This record gives sequence, structure tokens and C-alpha cells, in this order.
Amino acid sequence: MTLSLSTPDFLIERNRDRCINCQVCVRQCANEAHIWDEEEQRVKSDDALCVDCQRCVTLCPTHALTIRKYPLEFRENANWSANAIKAIYKQAESGGILLTGMGNDQPYPIFWDHLLLNASQVTNPSIDPLREPMELKTFLGRKPEKLMVQDGKLVEEMPPQLELEVPIMFSAMSYGSISLNAIKSLAAAAEKTGIMYNTGEGGLHKDLYKYGKNTIVQVASGRFGVHPQYLEAGAAIEIKIGQGAKPGIGGHLPGEKVGLEVSQTRMIPEGTDAISPAPHHDIYSIEDLRQLIYSLKEATQYRKPVGVKIAAVHNIAAIASGIARAGADIIAIDGFRGGTGAAPLRTRDNVGLPIELALAAVDSRLREEGIRNQVSLVIGGSIRNSADIVKAIALGADAVYIGTAALISLGCHLCQKCNTGKCNWGIATQNPLLVKRLNPEIGAERAANLISAWEHEIKELLGGMGINAIESLRGNRLMLRGIGLSDRELSILGVMSAGE
Amino acid sequence: MSVLNAKGVYYRELNRQIRAQFASGVEEVRVQNVNGQRYIGDGISGSQRLILEGTPGNDLAAYMDGLELIVEGNAQDAMANTMNKGRIIVHGHAGDTVGYAMRGGEIYIRDSVGYRVGIHMKEYLDRVPAIVIGGTGGEFFGEYMAGGVLMLLGLGLADAAPIVGSYCGTGMHGGVMYIRGEVEEYKLGKEVKSVSLTAEDEEKIQHYVSEYVRYFGGDAAQILARPFNKLIPANKRPYGDLYCAW
Ligand code: SF4
Ligand code: SF4
Repeated sequence: MTLSLSTPDFLIERNRDRCINCQVCVRQCANEAHIWDEEEQRVKSDDALCVDCQRCVTLCPTHALTIRKYPLEFRENANWSANAIKAIYKQAESGGILLTGMGNDQPYPIFWDHLLLNASQVTNPSIDPLREPMELKTFLGRKPEKLMVQDGKLVEEMPPQLELEVPIMFSAMSYGSISLNAIKSLAAAAEKTGIMYNTGEGGLHKDLYKYGKNTIVQVASGRFGVHPQYLEAGAAIEIKIGQGAKPGIGGHLPGEKVGLEVSQTRMIPEGTDAISPAPHHDIYSIEDLRQLIYSLKEATQYRKPVGVKIAAVHNIAAIASGIARAGADIIAIDGFRGGTGAAPLRTRDNVGLPIELALAAVDSRLREEGIRNQVSLVIGGSIRNSADIVKAIALGADAVYIGTAALISLGCHLCQKCNTGKCNWGIATQNPLLVKRLNPEIGAERAANLISAWEHEIKELLGGMGINAIESLRGNRLMLRGIGLSDRELSILGVMSAGE
Repeated sequence: MSVLNAKGVYYRELNRQIRAQFASGVEEVRVQNVNGQRYIGDGISGSQRLILEGTPGNDLAAYMDGLELIVEGNAQDAMANTMNKGRIIVHGHAGDTVGYAMRGGEIYIRDSVGYRVGIHMKEYLDRVPAIVIGGTGGEFFGEYMAGGVLMLLGLGLADAAPIVGSYCGTGMHGGVMYIRGEVEEYKLGKEVKSVSLTAEDEEKIQHYVSEYVRYFGGDAAQILARPFNKLIPANKRPYGDLYCAW
């Protein structure tokens, strides 16, 4: 075997004064970074195996453990960062494509942090959400051009709508990429809070059919587990074209993660790779997309909204316009910080657009073309808190998808190793010993708490602006000002500069 | 049996009528003057029979779950998209992407098919979908195939005329193709290999050929007289060692 030039990323520090050799860390670390040395009768560690998931740190009863960045410093070089060098060592050793998990972690600008919200002073009273009603209810789906009422009733039938108590949904995460307990947590939290979760492209596990009215079922290029009963099971259908972490790339669930239940849900043999081709091979144009949208509408007799999820890429405004015209009821746009169970590193970190710019561009374009009413816009790709949501709505979103934030609420520590299947938090794994670490009841409680907390915060922020219904904020870019942005960026975002 | 006339009827209305017929308990529906209406039979579950006279449009029998569908004419593109169960018999040609991601049921096509037929077909437990084609197949035949059976008979083909297009079985990682005649090496995707037939294969081939003959006529013995080429994935995990962990 050739010598590996890879060095550890993290340093495990064990405070020997505190360590009682209880071996909790040994049992907790699926990466086997902690080892019980029988001879010496004490716990040891191998730094090279640690991924900094913080599991052992959190569970160590005496707080004996600290994880640090490995203090090995390459000679300072502004061009060749430690990661740039390490990547080459790994590829020189393996000849492989670098694979990683979660979202783009590079220091690109975060436009949310360059947008400031407004508040009322004197000329327009602010509203106290604790005393006054505040409406966050959101309907997703095509809205008619105009409403005609006769005898107190709508003349034309309303196109099908998704009803949300809060403009937040859990984004698509497939069974396979995350554990059944993680999905159960999100499904139950969605039910509790009156929102939706999304199956992702891995089919619908039999235990999850009961959450149907809070479910968006996804149809992706691999069509795993897609059949009439599945299409009927959810409140809406989403065609997945792409995702922010890997625009233009398909999915690939390795055979190791296709155990009995994943196999039953995806309807493929156990242990086989589940490959989702990069494109849907029946969609090479907007016209073809229209055909898939209408095939789904026909199959479900026009009773469910059909959405299309795409990654934010350079020509996003024109693409979104095409999708609206193709008959989608909802367009979901995933920004380049969106998470994933596995993606090639170079794609994750270099392809796509910040969701803020994509959202503003799409909303403006659909308005200019007079078709904004035809489609609802849902955005995702790193919504971190309720302020991001309020800013997104003011930029023109109807609702947001949260994926990474939802997983963090379940205990994810963003170690970015979802692709390895060894998630110590029981989320991105199919190993039954790890999966059972995540109790779906507790998970549901935590995820639901997050939604309720954000709901309160959104109401506070709205009240501060003197707005009592989220509808009045939607696309209301006057409530935003940019700070530290170029004129060009301000014009794409369609907001004035702070101070204006 | 009930008879519907599709002349001048928009697809949405036609499909509504077909569903209504089945919902009312009719076991066999014959639709006359079908002329390009899309999505016929989409997402319908049940074991009834649907007979179409004419040329149905794209996405015929998408997500279909059980029907027996007979086309007395040609079928267009994307027939049997993600089909789950059932049987389709086409007395003519069919277009591109027949049986995309199909996971169950059988399709018999009397004549030829277009590009990308049988892409990402899968199988699961007792569901082994099959597409049997009397004529030739276009390029990307069986691309990404993950399960099931694809069969090309090349009937009436002039000597040395190609039976299938290039990139046959690219990305194939499951299932089997039986092609009656030779496929030039250069046409095969690099994930595919040609192997010799087993007794079990012979049996399967006989079964599908006899079904074909049952629907469209012909001489099974004569068809079987010409050797079949069996194509399977060279590797069940074509992308198994493509990656290294960051
Ligand atoms: S991988 Fe996680 S559990 Fe293992 S040593 Fe590192 S921080 Fe602790
Ligand atoms: S889901 Fe698990 S593996 Fe993925 S980043 Fe979070 S803690 Fe790490």
C-alpha cells in the first residue's frame, strides 16, 4: 500500500483529569475514532477518523472531550489553501470524484445579510401580534386571473391549492438519503404545525401514508416508488428537475444504503444502486415538461397542484417563465447553498446561484410578463432563520423550503458527511443502530418547536412593519433596503439602498 | 362493452369519459377515431380492457396500473411512462421513450420503436416488466436499464440492416435484453456485455415470442430459428468506484 499523504482534519482532545474511561465515546462514534485499548485499559482516539460531528462531545458525561481543527498548518499560501492541497492528495490516491454532503460551504456573499427590514415609526402604527390577529396562512397554487362571483359563490372553480398555516415547508429529502426516523419526525412536525414535508425521490414508506394531507410527493428522473397510489397519497406533486447542491447532476444512492425497507419503498431490489439520471429522459424541452406536468394532472384528475423544482442557475428567470407557461402550479427554486445527501464537491461549491438573486430575478420577470398569478414561488437553499424568511417573502416568495435547518433542529451538527452513511445523529444513515438514536417523537417535537418559534418571530417582524397579513408583505420590496451592495446587485434585487 | 367516439373530443374530456365508463363498472371500452389525444389511460388502476382505434397521442398509459390496452394503430411518444402493471398491445409502431422507468406489466409492439426505449426500466420482486418489439429499436435502447426484459425481433429486416441504434444499454445496471441477430460491438454502451443464452433464457424467449405471435400472427418456430443475442450489464454497479470521500 502506498503511503497516504492525508492528514487529520480534526484533533480529539481528551482531558485525562476528567475522563472516567466509561467508553461512551467508543460506543457513540460510528467513525470508530475512539477505541478502547484492552491492554492499557483506557480510551484512546484516532484523530484521522474524526469528522467533527460533536456526538461524543455532547454525550461525554464528564465533558472530557474537545474537538479542534487539526493544528497542522501548511506554509502560508494565499493561493494554495490547506483544502486545495488535501483535495489533490485524496484524488492522487484514489482517482475518484470528491464526494461530500450538505450545502456549499464556501465564503460567497450571503445576500440575506445585506438586506435590512423596515419598521413603522409614527406615520404608520406598528402592530402587537400578542394582542391583535396576524395572518400567516398561505395558499400555494395557480390563482385565477380574476374572480367572478355570482350569488355569493365563485363562478369558476378555484385551481387546487396547498394550504399552509405558516409559509414554511420541509424540503425534499428522500428515504434513503435520510433515515425513516428523520422523515417520521418531519412528517409528524408538518402535521402538528399545518405545513408540508416532501418525500424526495425515494418513494413513500408505508408508515407515512397517514401523513398524506401534509405530504408533497416527488417525481424525479429515477421515478422510484412512483405509482398511482403514491401520486394520490399526497396533497401535491413535485417534479424534481434539479437541486441547488448539484444542479445538472443526477442522484445516486449507493447499494449499501438500499436495505430491505428502502428497497420496498423505492421498489428496487435490495443492495442495488438507485441511479437517478441527470435529466428526465422524457424531458428535453419546456414542451416535454408540460407533457409530464399534464400527465400527472391527468393521472390525479386535476385535484392536486403540480410543482416543479429546479436549481437556481444563470438563466433562471427565463427558465421559470417557461415552467410557469408549461402549466406548473408551483415553482420551487433551490439556491446554491441547498443541502444534499451526497454531491460532487466541485459541483456543490461552484455551480448555481445565490437564492436571493434568483428569487428576485424570477419574481420580477414573472410580474413583467403578467404571469406571476399563474404560479406560486417557493424558495430554498439555506434559509437559516425567520428573518431570512421575512426577507424572502418581501423579495417575492410565497413560501420557503427548509432542509438543512430542519435537520439541525433534529440534531444535525453539519459535519457534511451525510454521504458516508455514518451519521452519528441518526439522520443521514440507514444503519439501524444509528437510526434509533433519533426518536421520531422527540424529533417531531423539536422540528415543530422550530416552526412555532419562527412563526412567532415572523409575526413580530410583520407587526413591527405595521403589517398584519403575510399577503401584504409578499413581493413588497419597499420593506427592504440593501446594505453594502453594488448598484447592480441592488437593481437585480429590486431594492433601494439603506438610507434611501 | 361500451363505445366512445373520440372525434373532435379534447383529451381532458375524452379521458374523463373513459374513467367514467370504468367507474360505472364497464369491463371493456372501445374508443373510435382516436387522433392524437394525449394521456389516455393515465394513472388508471383496474383490470379492464381499453381498445383504441386510431393513433393515441403522447404519454399513453403513463403510470397505468393494470389495464389491458389495445392500440389498433400506431402509438406516439412516451407510451407506458412509469407504468406499474398491465398489458399494452400495439398493432403498429410506437415512438420514443416507450416504457420509461416502467416497473411492471408487458408491452407488445408489432412493428418498430423510436429512440430511448426502455430507459431506466426496473424490476422488483415478482414484477418483471417486458417490452417485446417486432421490428427495430432506435438509439439509446435500454439506457440506464435497471431491470426487466427488452426484446427486439427485427422481423422482416433486410440482411445487414441494423436492428438497433447506437449507445445500446449505456449505463445499464440491471435487467436483460434479447436481440434477434447481431449487434455490432461499437453500438453497445461500455456498461454492457454480450453473453450466451441459458436454458432459462431460451424459455423466456419462447414465452415472449409465442405471446407476440398470439397477438400479431407469424410463425414462432421461424422466429426462434434465428439466434438471439443476450445483453446484460457488465457490472451491477457501474458507478461503484467513481468517488472518493472528501
Ligand atoms: S466523529 Fe464525532 S463522535 Fe467521532 S470522535 Fe469525532 S466528534 Fe466524536
Ligand atoms: S445529517 Fe448527520 S452526517 Fe449529515 S451533516 Fe448532519 S450530522 Fe453530519
